[in-house]
Amino acid sequence: MIQDMQPETIVGACKDVTLLLYNELPRRVLYTEIETPYPDGKLIVSTTDPDGVITHVNRAFVEMSGYTEEELIGAPHSILRHPDMPPAAFKDLWDTVSRGEKWQGFVKNLRKDGGYYWVKATVIPNVRKGKVVGYTSVRRKPSRTKVEECIKLYPTLF
Amino acid sequence: MSFKFTVSPDFTPNHLSGWYIFNTWLQKQTGLAIHLKMYSDFNAQRAAIANDEIDLIYANPFDAAMLVREKGFLPLVKPEGASDEAIIAVNAENPVADVADLPQGLKLAVTDDPDVRMMGMILLEPGDLDAGNIEAVPCTTYVVVAKQLLRGDAEAGIFLAEAYDDLSPMIKKQLKVLVRSQISVIHHVLMAGPELSAQREEIRRHLLAMANEPKGQGVLESLGFTAWAAVDDEAMEFSIDLMDTLSM
Repeated sequence: MIQDMQPETIVGACKDVTLLLYNELPRRVLYTEIETPYPDGKLIVSTTDPDGVITHVNRAFVEMSGYTEEELIGAPHSILRHPDMPPAAFKDLWDTVSRGEKWQGFVKNLRKDGGYYWVKATVIPNVRKGKVVGYTSVRRKPSRTKVEECIKLYPTLF
Repeated sequence: MSFKFTVSPDFTPNHLSGWYIFNTWLQKQTGLAIHLKMYSDFNAQRAAIANDEIDLIYANPFDAAMLVREKGFLPLVKPEGASDEAIIAVNAENPVADVADLPQGLKLAVTDDPDVRMMGMILLEPGDLDAGNIEAVPCTTYVVVAKQLLRGDAEAGIFLAEAYDDLSPMIKKQLKVLVRSQISVIHHVLMAGPELSAQREEIRRHLLAMANEPKGQGVLESLGFTAWAAVDDEAMEFSIDLMDTLSM
């Protein structure tokens, strides 16, 4: 289940937009210009089922997303989808992992409080006995240079 | 029949005798004849694995995929509450305070410890540093990494956090930690090869009970552990997937 974002959870002045997520699900998103810096030395780790529904998160995921573990487990991974991310990036991600290959890219993620954080994300299919049973995603601290490149590039991909 | 046991060559030198004590304990518990063979580097150990000479291994997580997928090893246990973490350090007099400010072309002191090297390179990514724009200064041990930094022969070094913490206070005073990983999910695993698959559960049972009896506690102490925790097949697969994502 994915719910609309609620104004009472937002910190700071926000914009309001309805996103059509990859599975055609509409979601009201409230977002601010407040960036949370990626913490040094940490990895954000999560796993999903084959449909992208979160099955496991680590402590860093909880801390950076602002959601509780209970809110995250069972939610689609697109709960982090930021309106500044071009849909083409996620189409490329799903097309790549559906072929059984690894995907890597720079992603602006949306926090529960409307803020954002940049990550370098790697997603791989979890293959067990020849069958894809889910996906593991690991996010790490991106270089500022790469983030600046994405800030210029992504608006041109809509 | 005698089985051959080996330990990832990145073991802390203080615990060398501990592994021999552990092997003696394990033989007594299981009644199996097990010969402990230590290798001085990863290449020599991997050659022995390739020749099917190893039956039991305390493996570096970097080698886990090869052991499971190519050699049919199965996980037994991991040290409870312990994980491999990396540190990037520089000479204390170096004005740099953030990895993002380290220069390209950097002379980087590194050991051949594969998982720590991988974690260290990830820690350097925020500074746009990668294998293509650093000059690796190969070191045999973490003490040598520290010496390279103190002598100014390298500008930064990658340490196993445990090895850095074990350096003498006088050496640590002359070094500066820029970043310490807090990954928590990368750890060594004790694994059994195909020849020991029939004894896998019995060995695991002895290992898990080890912390509950005084002699076992003493042996664990000599390894620097408090207890073993079971690693099931799915946890092993998750660990392999994780290493796969990090090696990109």
